[in-house]
Amino acid sequence: MNQTQTCSNTLFTLLFFAWIVSMVATLGSLFFSEIMMFPPCVMCWYQRICMYPLSVIFLVALFSNDTHVFKYAMPLVLIGLFFAIYHNLLYFGIVPETLAPCSQGVSCTSDYINWFGFVTIQFLSLVAFALIFITLIFIKPKAS
Amino acid sequence: MKKQTLIIASLFVLVLLFVGGSYLYKNADHSVSSEKTSALVRPHAYVLGNPNAKTTIVEFFDPACGTCKSFYPFVKNILKQNPDTLKLVLRYAPFHTDSYYVVAMIEAARLQGKYLEALEVIYKYQDKWASHGTPNIGLIWGFLPEVGIDIDTLKNDMKKPEIDALIKQDIADTKTLGVNATPEFFVNGKPLVKFGKQELEDLIKSEL
Repeated sequence: MNQTQTCSNTLFTLLFFAWIVSMVATLGSLFFSEIMMFPPCVMCWYQRICMYPLSVIFLVALFSNDTHVFKYAMPLVLIGLFFAIYHNLLYFGIVPETLAPCSQGVSCTSDYINWFGFVTIQFLSLVAFALIFITLIFIKPKAS
Repeated sequence: MKKQTLIIASLFVLVLLFVGGSYLYKNADHSVSSEKTSALVRPHAYVLGNPNAKTTIVEFFDPACGTCKSFYPFVKNILKQNPDTLKLVLRYAPFHTDSYYVVAMIEAARLQGKYLEALEVIYKYQDKWASHGTPNIGLIWGFLPEVGIDIDTLKNDMKKPEIDALIKQDIADTKTLGVNATPEFFVNGKPLVKFGKQELEDLIKSEL
């Protein structure tokens, strides 16, 4: 009994953390685009598509104490993480931009924010996806 | 604390932060900071309207940008309505491919005393030479003689180092001021926070 209790508490904490990260990322990106009026580039949209549903999925999982959240959250996280890594590689010029679908409209390599010389929006996105990814890895054993 | 309460409280705090942040951001003073004001107006920039006017509109534009074209008559009209109190400083933000050369053409036309004529003719035929994705600036040579610009002189003048320096200065200033889309307007150093014709008119009126 006590064992399960501790277990479910850890699950709750991990899920709660993942949810907070996804909420901050969701609201933060909305703040950048809707309040500060930064037009999002194509890459940012692909990452948003993966991040926004996570904030809802984790919330539902929190309320229902769902241990299967790993299964349905991980695919979104992996896709988002892929785009976030790719976007950062683009930004640092490791992947040339001409290969990316970003040449029209807003460039994926322009800086809107640059805090302390390395914190850009795509960096924040990468951090968010990475944090959620790591948290989910810890959630998986709890689920089985 | 009960788990549900914690979740709802967190949700509430996050939404509150968002709404509060939006409110603070919108009401904050976004004026260009004093150490950056020199980047707004440079002595080389073309000025339209009364040079001694107390209200200054600074516009960063790209000759290949469609929105800049549609704002041009609008701003000119506001200028016409306030001939004594307003001036427009035209700065370049040549973000599109080859816009650098189009800007050089406009600056070279200025040496022939045909600045606005060149700008207006370039805007007029924008659909033809700047069709999406593939600007064909070679077409502009055919349009400029329409307003009496001598192309041979223009081509020579375009190579002048001072024109190159001027454009590079404008590009550097877009970076300093954080201009990342065109057109970007500053009225007495205050940027247009929400983009739109009505918003621009309101901002100008509040500064008159």
